[in-house]
Amino acid sequence: MWAFLHKLGSPKGFYAISGRWLPALWGVAVALILVGGVWGLVFAPADYQQGNSFRIIYVHVPAAFLAQSIFVAMAVAGLVFMVWKIKLADMAAAMMAPLGAGMTFVALFSGAVWGVPTWGTWWQWDARLTSMLILLFLYIGVIALRGAFVSRDGGARAASLLAMVGVINIPIIKFSVEWWYTLHQPASFSITEKPAMPAEMWLPLLSMVLGFYAFFLAVTLTRTRSEILRRESSKRWVRALVEERR
Amino acid sequence: MAFDSLSAFLSMGGHAPYVWSAYGATAALLLGVGWHARAERRRVRRDLARRMRRERRQAEAADASTDEGPTR
Repeated sequence: MWAFLHKLGSPKGFYAISGRWLPALWGVAVALILVGGVWGLVFAPADYQQGNSFRIIYVHVPAAFLAQSIFVAMAVAGLVFMVWKIKLADMAAAMMAPLGAGMTFVALFSGAVWGVPTWGTWWQWDARLTSMLILLFLYIGVIALRGAFVSRDGGARAASLLAMVGVINIPIIKFSVEWWYTLHQPASFSITEKPAMPAEMWLPLLSMVLGFYAFFLAVTLTRTRSEILRRESSKRWVRALVEERR
Repeated sequence: MAFDSLSAFLSMGGHAPYVWSAYGATAALLLGVGWHARAERRRVRRDLARRMRRERRQAEAADASTDEGPTR
């Protein structure tokens, strides 16, 4: 177990292990998103109050989950990088930030266009909406801060630090709907309770959520592998790898 | 199936602009990010292979010039 983790922590070991899993991971991501998307758009019954605009939850909820999960992953990677000086953690953190920002934007945008027919407004300074907007700014801050440093190590430390501090915003997002219940409804799903929705409505959502997580993993692994080749381009094993692929 | 016809599906019971723009933005993000990851991977590999070829040519050229021996 420790030997495996140790191997996974080195760029060379990570490159080999992730390469074996990636094709299956991409396949699972595409399949789950296609199944969930078609199911949610075409086959799930319309909501008796919201009609067809409710179908937006099949993209809104997974995007909002990922927006928060990616930030937590980035903060954990930042901690691992700062404490144990594992470069690989920093590479992964750098590669996942743009996807996290994109997911936050999609969560905000899909929420806004759902709000127009449902709430009669696309925006309110509601606690949930505001804390998600702050999350988007935090992502942009982390990406910009990394780019603002001439030295790679300086940028990596600053970005890690901002991610570790900014992660405070995640529990605020989570509990905002309970602490300041103004507009956004509380969570529709929890792990401990049976969903208050028929199965043909929540099963496609489950498929989308799992598919989005698989997509995030696949993108992050693929991009981290590219980053390894970029940063370790003078290493012998990287050179041997490029030789044999020709 | 929740719709009677293709046009009913496309109009989403009057909610077409909302539903389709949300799905459109999501699809654009997923396809864009996926395509970018793939393009990045190809670019990195191509650049590295090109750099190694150039270095090998330079090494060979250096070898060849020393093989000729010192010129008077």
